[in-house]
Amino acid sequence: MTERNDAIVIGAGHNGLVCAAYLARAGMNVLVLESADSAGGMAAPRTISDDYQFPGLAHAAYPVSSAIRRDLKLDQFGYEPGKAIDTVALDADGRHLTISTDSVSGDGLSELDEKAYAAFRAQYLAFAKAIRPLFDNKPPRLKDMPFADLSTLAKLGWNIRMGLGREAMYEFLRVAAINIYDVLNDTFDDDRLKGAIAADAVMGSAMGPRTPGTVLTWLQRLQGELNGPMSLLSGGKSQLVHALTQSAEDAGVTIQFNSHVAKILIDNDKAFGVELANGEMLKAKIIISNADPRSTFSSLIGAPQLDAMFANRVAQIRGSGVVAKLHLALSGEPEFTGLAQSQLGNRLLVAPSMRYVEQAFNHSKYNEYSEKPVLEITLPSLHNNSLAPDGHHVMSVNVAYVPYSLEGGWPEQKTSFAYKVISQLGLYSPNLKSLIVDHELLTPQDIEDQFHAVRGHWHHGELSIHQSFMMRPVHGAAQYDTPVDRLFLCSAGSHPGGGLTGLPGRNAAKRVLDLGGAK
Amino acid sequence: MTIEHTHFRQPLQRTPFHDRIAAMSTTEEWMAWNTYKVARVVDKLSTEYFAVRSGCAVMDLTPMEKYRITGKDSRAYLDRLVTRDLSKLRPGRVTYIIWCNDDGKVIDDGTLFQLGEDDYRLCSQHHQLDWLLMSAAGFDVDIKTETHDVAALAVQGPTSYSVLTAAGINDLEELRPFGIANLRCGNIPVSVSRTGYTGDLGYELWTDPENALPLWDAVFGVRGQYDIQAMGLSVLEMVRIEAGFIMPGFDFNTAESAVRNGYDRSPYEVGLGWVVNLDKGHFTGRKALIAEKAQPIKRQLTKLLVDGNKPVGEAFIYDRKGGKLVGEIKCTTWSPILKANLALADIDFVNGKLPAKLWARFDYQRELKWRTAWAECHAQSKPFYMPEHRSATPPEPF
Repeated sequence: MTERNDAIVIGAGHNGLVCAAYLARAGMNVLVLESADSAGGMAAPRTISDDYQFPGLAHAAYPVSSAIRRDLKLDQFGYEPGKAIDTVALDADGRHLTISTDSVSGDGLSELDEKAYAAFRAQYLAFAKAIRPLFDNKPPRLKDMPFADLSTLAKLGWNIRMGLGREAMYEFLRVAAINIYDVLNDTFDDDRLKGAIAADAVMGSAMGPRTPGTVLTWLQRLQGELNGPMSLLSGGKSQLVHALTQSAEDAGVTIQFNSHVAKILIDNDKAFGVELANGEMLKAKIIISNADPRSTFSSLIGAPQLDAMFANRVAQIRGSGVVAKLHLALSGEPEFTGLAQSQLGNRLLVAPSMRYVEQAFNHSKYNEYSEKPVLEITLPSLHNNSLAPDGHHVMSVNVAYVPYSLEGGWPEQKTSFAYKVISQLGLYSPNLKSLIVDHELLTPQDIEDQFHAVRGHWHHGELSIHQSFMMRPVHGAAQYDTPVDRLFLCSAGSHPGGGLTGLPGRNAAKRVLDLGGAK
Repeated sequence: MTIEHTHFRQPLQRTPFHDRIAAMSTTEEWMAWNTYKVARVVDKLSTEYFAVRSGCAVMDLTPMEKYRITGKDSRAYLDRLVTRDLSKLRPGRVTYIIWCNDDGKVIDDGTLFQLGEDDYRLCSQHHQLDWLLMSAAGFDVDIKTETHDVAALAVQGPTSYSVLTAAGINDLEELRPFGIANLRCGNIPVSVSRTGYTGDLGYELWTDPENALPLWDAVFGVRGQYDIQAMGLSVLEMVRIEAGFIMPGFDFNTAESAVRNGYDRSPYEVGLGWVVNLDKGHFTGRKALIAEKAQPIKRQLTKLLVDGNKPVGEAFIYDRKGGKLVGEIKCTTWSPILKANLALADIDFVNGKLPAKLWARFDYQRELKWRTAWAECHAQSKPFYMPEHRSATPPEPF
């Protein structure tokens, strides 16, 4: 046994770093153990063919909340949200739409839809704001509610009733649990616009636009937008992970790389340390897991050390990744039919209609990939030319929907699938194929292997209503503390879920400190 | 192929002993037990009762839920399942167990037979396969229902040892309480455990269903020498109350059946704290039970001797005649051997203590006219009836 730390954080993903930095700033002695050789987890940069650097699994993000920026002095450590980008809804005939935060324009778009878009955005941002207190705090406990939880609920109630006003409250209550498909059909006529918004509402989830609860996933996404506009993650010292690492280290956090935690050590139902894959044992007064809740409980601890019903709830957590990531190293700048080169730095979406998105989703339900996938395309090298050799570029594409378990097996079909995606991209960018120097495809299985996210799910568990708030990841561990004494959770698998928000990490740190820290 | 849908003609299954019991039945009083048709009373309640207490009574146990648990993690699995410390359990031994949910509320009780290395039989009151399978995640165990594959017969009463010996089962003299022996009855292989639900000397016989009738015939073959009666569930209810045994689902709501918050019960609340070992390592419900134990107990299932000889029935309990309501009787019987009214009652404790005085207010009929009466109740900590001969090894011969 090595020396005793106040806290060990398992995993140097951004939530682990946020949590560690908060705890260290509160005076705790924190050790972060990371299995990879660099920090950031899904937001850690990766390189292919030596010279082409990609942002990581995440390629676009909203700024983190001002509270986290302030508390962890992130701006002082170089954090700068990147340049705001628009979304371009690609159209095979070149009639693209440009969608920005409060306006939309494009060939063939009606004035009615333009106006409706501005109103829609304003209304949904107001809804997102109304439920904000839920995201900034631990989810309330409904039984034997302590005062802090009562205050969260009171704020929520006040926001919904008084903040929104009666009419908007009715509308919020009407839509909160329904699907985005109905809402968008009620609001807009243009298929391209509806397809693009719907794709954003469901991206990362095993849901199609018609799945109930997709308004909620949309509102969860809009939480990020309350902090500022979306930008591309294009590497360098201004990136969140870089600043977080600096901030954490400045506060005294030690980050130990190439240290894969194999086991959480428990005695008498109390966590007291971890065992690394190399057999080394490290002790700490508390353990905070930024690993997927399913691997935390099922692999690092094991059902036998948990109560049967709790172990069963964990085993039932739903969450299978449906998004693959395609990285393309390019010898030049691609051209998209009908799109000005100045527009290329935006986020390009292939989701021409809600029907297209829903049909793409259907395949994943039957362990098939979609031949006509939803694509989210970015070219980070247009924002940072050091990512690729002179004149060369990197393209990062989220490809939805693909199944975790592919009929016939992923290893056999990975390359052919990559080629199919490239041909789909070719429908919009005819010269793309000729520019490809190298490619890398990360299927949900690769994501599981490389990022230890069970079944390759970005958010460590589906963001469905039955796995949100006081049920995230499961009842009994929804307030960051767990049935195992001294063991806490801080990953995206905990409330309020995924995205580069840092909120699970921050809420978890707050909970640790509220419960007495390392005392 | 045509399938004949005739199951509805016989909604209750017949046990392998059914033909013999049906032939003896003079009452035709049958009831359902776990999808089987079993006797409530075979002939006469009083003769069946006195057979258990002063002779030998035989009861068909086949409908009892039986599970076979095997595999290299079976001991670890059972340790995590039950509240009791199993470290003393060895092959050839039986132990009484209960298991709880995460909240430390009792799901069921039962007996655990260790038949061999990594080989166990668990008998329970209620169907438990779903809970047993759910608890198996992470363990290398195999769990099978064998309720219908094993015929089981209880042979109970002071002369049961002599009856079985006369019937041809040898080597019973060294079998201690809660022991198991694989023996023969003539040429019938039979597993005998010295267990029962009557509080008297007694055995349970376990055999293949095809041996059921020959085994029955062997036991009843010595009827000329001994008083042997087939017994129904009504007598079992009387004698189990005398012995102070509780019945989950009847004396208290089990965790799986309770709907309302607070209607389920912890082991401490049903007087089974003695089968909970909080120091044995992790088991389901341990954390909740540690928290509960730190608090004064709120209520307890309490054994009561009720004054008088009027049938008390299901009655409310007060802290004095006409006083405050503090509980209710869950089951009751007149004990012929003790000449006393016995009851098990769910009593609210005050500051962790049983109220000093307990009075039952009950209604009874005299010549079809209802009357109300009060009877003082006296809490007992020991079983009402626990004769010394039940644990003597070797048992007293007759």
